[in-house]
Amino acid sequence: MDNTPALIVVTPLLAALFAGLAAWIKERLSYPIALIGLAVSVYSAFKVLMQVITSGTIHYRVAGWAPPMGIEYSIDLLNAMVLLIVSSIAFLNLIASYKSVARETSDRTGSFYTMYLLFVTGLLGVTATGDLFNLYVLIEITSLTSYAMVALGDRDRGPLASLNYIFIGVIGASFYLLGVGYLYMQTGSLNMADVATILSGIHGSSTVLVAFILMMIGVWIKMALFPLHVWLPNAYSYSPIAFARVVAPLMTKVMVYVMIRMMITVFGFDYIFKTLNLSHAVVWLATIAILAGAIMALSQKNLKKMLAYIIVCEIGYMVGGAWMGNQLGMTGAILHILNDALMTFALFLAVGNMAYKLKKVDLPDLKGLFGKMPWTMAGFVLAAFSIIGVPPTCGFFSKWYLILAAFEAGAWHFAAALVISSLICAVLFFRVFEICFFEPISESHGQKDGYSHVAIEEAPISMLIVSGLVSLSLIVAGLYSGTIVNTIILPFLR
Amino acid sequence: MTDLLALIVAKYNYWLYVILMMIGLYAMIAKNNLIKKLVGMNIFQTAIILFYVSIGYKRDATIPIIQSAHGGQDAHAAVIHAADYINPLPHVLMLTAIVVSVATFGVAMALAVRIYQRYQTLEEDELRMRLVDIGPEK
Repeated sequence: MDNTPALIVVTPLLAALFAGLAAWIKERLSYPIALIGLAVSVYSAFKVLMQVITSGTIHYRVAGWAPPMGIEYSIDLLNAMVLLIVSSIAFLNLIASYKSVARETSDRTGSFYTMYLLFVTGLLGVTATGDLFNLYVLIEITSLTSYAMVALGDRDRGPLASLNYIFIGVIGASFYLLGVGYLYMQTGSLNMADVATILSGIHGSSTVLVAFILMMIGVWIKMALFPLHVWLPNAYSYSPIAFARVVAPLMTKVMVYVMIRMMITVFGFDYIFKTLNLSHAVVWLATIAILAGAIMALSQKNLKKMLAYIIVCEIGYMVGGAWMGNQLGMTGAILHILNDALMTFALFLAVGNMAYKLKKVDLPDLKGLFGKMPWTMAGFVLAAFSIIGVPPTCGFFSKWYLILAAFEAGAWHFAAALVISSLICAVLFFRVFEICFFEPISESHGQKDGYSHVAIEEAPISMLIVSGLVSLSLIVAGLYSGTIVNTIILPFLR
Repeated sequence: MTDLLALIVAKYNYWLYVILMMIGLYAMIAKNNLIKKLVGMNIFQTAIILFYVSIGYKRDATIPIIQSAHGGQDAHAAVIHAADYINPLPHVLMLTAIVVSVATFGVAMALAVRIYQRYQTLEEDELRMRLVDIGPEK
């Protein structure tokens, strides 16, 4: 049996073990181990994606046990794409964050890399697995490591933000677990494909309805859909920047993937849109989430907090698209998983570069940044354009699909919310550009002679290269979005 | 009224888990002390574990250990009825869930210790005041 699907998940796990052990001998050893582990993971994810595109879904039986008894990794086009995104973003971020980790968590780099690897293992496992309970355990691995990582950040506020995150995270995961329990009561199985087959005969069952609602609430809490988002901004903005850069693009997006997986593979469109007919209510919820996220972002004075609220807004896009109940909406939502992961990553990379140089990223601290860090700002501008949705960056194309879907479904309020939030994002980012470009560096910033002495002080080259690459990939992903839709998303939905 | 009572008695395991879960949720939301919140979180998780354990149970069934299955004299002679044995799978799942809840509790306790070391209090309202005192956030 070909073991590549397992390698994607297992190598970071093993690397975490060895990185932890190596840190006891010498703290410096853990970084190369982490790098190797994730490189193997990226390579395997790429290989699996190619394999899935050419020869269809891969069913990998863990330890050779046949489903529904054993745990199965079933990797289709959607998984394979998300796996590649997760592993490559984690790998690129590792390259970019060597210096900032060394500075921010100087006494604990070994444990940082160990937890980083475990976090990525959890995300990859959540994406790869075809088993409902296994998914719960892996969600908890991801969450546990992120609790610890958030606490490593800001020494004053980190632990409290992390504790609040734990309370809400536990409620979310427990609701999901409870939903799995009800589903198990009704079907006697935990394998997704098997559950789906059994469920197709019993759509009227109230146990299934309870299971569905509980699981969706659990996943929504974990992905920070609007009224359930309260944990996200604090947790993301107080964590070490090297971790914020990977958790912000990946955690919520993987949870959106879980929601789409539940909707498509486990419960099925017929159940959700014909039997329950919930589409309308959830699209309204998503509309409110988009508007609320955008408005709350407007009131933030800290760049990291502002971006965190933009994530809340983007979650609304994906949930709305997925629940629109037509193919265009689902296409838009899946494409937006890819695009939003890339754009958020690009934004946070740029913010990471700023934070490395400036220590603080409150809006007034950013004065004169175009002169000081031109390359970082170039990446930031590109990422911001993508979030706003300026063609040819990739953000435009997924928004285009979502708007078309909203028109097709007659959900005018959702289309309006998309446009309004794009405008608010434009306001937000142009306000930042204005501060960075027009306002001179203030005296309090350590430079006494103001204009005359604006030396270029860029972030380390490793951070710059990654930031530049990812920002350019936004345009590349935009130009190739037709190819992505035609080779990956449409064949998957068919 | 009797119908409702009959419903409650017949499905008492569900009622118990729901009550426990609500106690936990109440403590997590309403209590001011962080340790009390943590205890609430633990009750909440335990309620779900009890729910899983109770759904594996069958009336008049025994533990799922098959006597004389391995090399016994009449190993395959006796017909095994699944209805005679309780379902062990939810119980096995809960072993994992217990590990998860212990790990979460441990991390949360460690964080509570850190918060106490930093602020000398675990009351949430006092913490909020201290946070205002340390000035604008970084």
